Amino acid sequence: MVPLTHYLALGAILFLIGAAGVIMRRNAIMILLSIELMLNSVNITFVGFARQWADLTGQVFAIFVIAVAACEAAVGLAILISLNRDRSMVNVDEINLLKW
Amino acid sequence: MELVFFYLFAAGIVGASLLMVTRANVIHAALSLVLAFLFMAGLFVLAGAEFLAGVQILIYAGGIMVLYLFSIMLMNVGVAVRLRQWHRQSALALAAALLLAAEVWVVLGRGGYPAAQAWSWRLGQTPGNVEALGQVLYTKFLFPFEVASVLLLAAMIGAIVLAKRQITR
Amino acid sequence: MEIAAEAVIALVKIAVVLGVVSLVVAYLTYLERKIIAHIQQRLGPMRVGWHGLLQPIADGVKLFLKEDIIPDKADKVVFVIAPIMVLVPAFVEYSVLPFSSTFYITQVNIGIFFILAVSSLGVFGIVMAGWASNSKYSLLGALRSAAQMLSYEIFLGFSLIGPLMLAGSLNMQKIVEAQSDVWFVFYQPLAFVVFFIAALAETNRVPFDLPEAETELVAGFHTEYSGMKFAFFFLAEYANIMVTSSVAVTLFFGGWKGISWIPLPGFVWYALKLGAIIFVFIWLRATLPRYRYDQLMRLGWKFMFPLVMANIFLTGLVKYLFL
Repeated sequence: MVPLTHYLALGAILFLIGAAGVIMRRNAIMILLSIELMLNSVNITFVGFARQWADLTGQVFAIFVIAVAACEAAVGLAILISLNRDRSMVNVDEINLLKW
Repeated sequence: MELVFFYLFAAGIVGASLLMVTRANVIHAALSLVLAFLFMAGLFVLAGAEFLAGVQILIYAGGIMVLYLFSIMLMNVGVAVRLRQWHRQSALALAAALLLAAEVWVVLGRGGYPAAQAWSWRLGQTPGNVEALGQVLYTKFLFPFEVASVLLLAAMIGAIVLAKRQITR
Repeated sequence: MEIAAEAVIALVKIAVVLGVVSLVVAYLTYLERKIIAHIQQRLGPMRVGWHGLLQPIADGVKLFLKEDIIPDKADKVVFVIAPIMVLVPAFVEYSVLPFSSTFYITQVNIGIFFILAVSSLGVFGIVMAGWASNSKYSLLGALRSAAQMLSYEIFLGFSLIGPLMLAGSLNMQKIVEAQSDVWFVFYQPLAFVVFFIAALAETNRVPFDLPEAETELVAGFHTEYSGMKFAFFFLAEYANIMVTSSVAVTLFFGGWKGISWIPLPGFVWYALKLGAIIFVFIWLRATLPRYRYDQLMRLGWKFMFPLVMANIFLTGLVKYLFL
């Protein structure tokens, strides 16, 4: 029997790895991938809670999270592709046209 | 036995995601993330979420990640590998992440959760997880389900509008 | 002690299935060459053994002894992993197929869903191979293949929903049980047609072999591969044909269940039906020309998608009204 804290700890570790990736990497695709990882860490937490209380709500919401992740990937990648086509760059700190 | 497999999968997930965050080449990073997702599917089976494990592989690994690889190939990543990979605010970010980690550690350290309750079904027997999940999804969560479909439609249209090449005559 | 015994039995079963599947897949290449040869009024392989029966073994030995070339500009790690990523999913899928009433490796609740999920991983190997080769032909083949397999996976999955609604379970053995009286192909002819076309596209077979398209892309995603790595792609292609044919047999043709007044064991029925469907696969290769890329996508999204949606709607309506 796996205790709930194990699931929560794993979810937290993955969330932190993902968050570090989002903040520290320059490449926009890497940021999107790290966001995917963060969403998945939430899924693990959801499934852990569903396991704990033998309640399916957690699993249902994990499915919704996956749907949201699919939307995020589609729109995010569309933005990146149009950005890459217009300005041919993928690094987020170069996208500073509105910053002066 | 369950605990052994949990640690196995957890080590796989953490290792693969660390690999993902540190790769310079985006394709390598995406493939490491796929590996992490496969381990996660194993973890979901362990937690009694068989259907979710299938969804994880089918939608996440087989759908979303292929979309990523596809888009990465459309862009030119050869140049991006040789550029500086880390943001200037990295040190600050790492400090913030470590602070967050300490906070999570304190919160989790309190513990005190009761032992897990048993599912009303057994793993690998019918009627099992799929039936129960379908039952809940189409009764109690019907409205969020429909909203999710609308969200997917909006994302689909948005993605097409954003990525479509301008037609100039 | 019981766990150890179960593990040993499971391992023996896996070894038997893997061995038989590898052998059958090797001979599938022979069968394909022979059938196509006879359709084109040739003899096909005749030299090695009686009517060339030992040809697959000779080919295997040849590929095994060939030099294993890794291109200089290739991404070494991904280049090596890619053929494994193609072959492993193709073989993992056999773990939930019921070959007879008693012989199967395992039965899981999400049986057919598991097969769909694992088969969706096959596209990774192809994309990885195409990208890692660092060659234009390979990359074009991989991009074509990614788009094609990603779209046709959708129709493949949706076409299975009709039969699954009738069976009321995702468990492969339960699906076979549900077809005791009538095979689902008679209830769901539309679903079967869509499934078969999508299966052709999923396995990169003629008329949808755009990712390989030897007349325009040399060999598509595996242009740069040689030796055993090439053999892996080759084996995976035929293993995938066998899996999709097996899914067709299980979901539409009653699996190991036969006609009741002819007493034959379950796996013989299974093998007969499987052989018939694989024969159609090979027959089509000798008959049809290749689709153009835009035609392929139009066929999928504008024709098959509405068709399969209508099928699901009709099945649901009929099930709600009459059952």
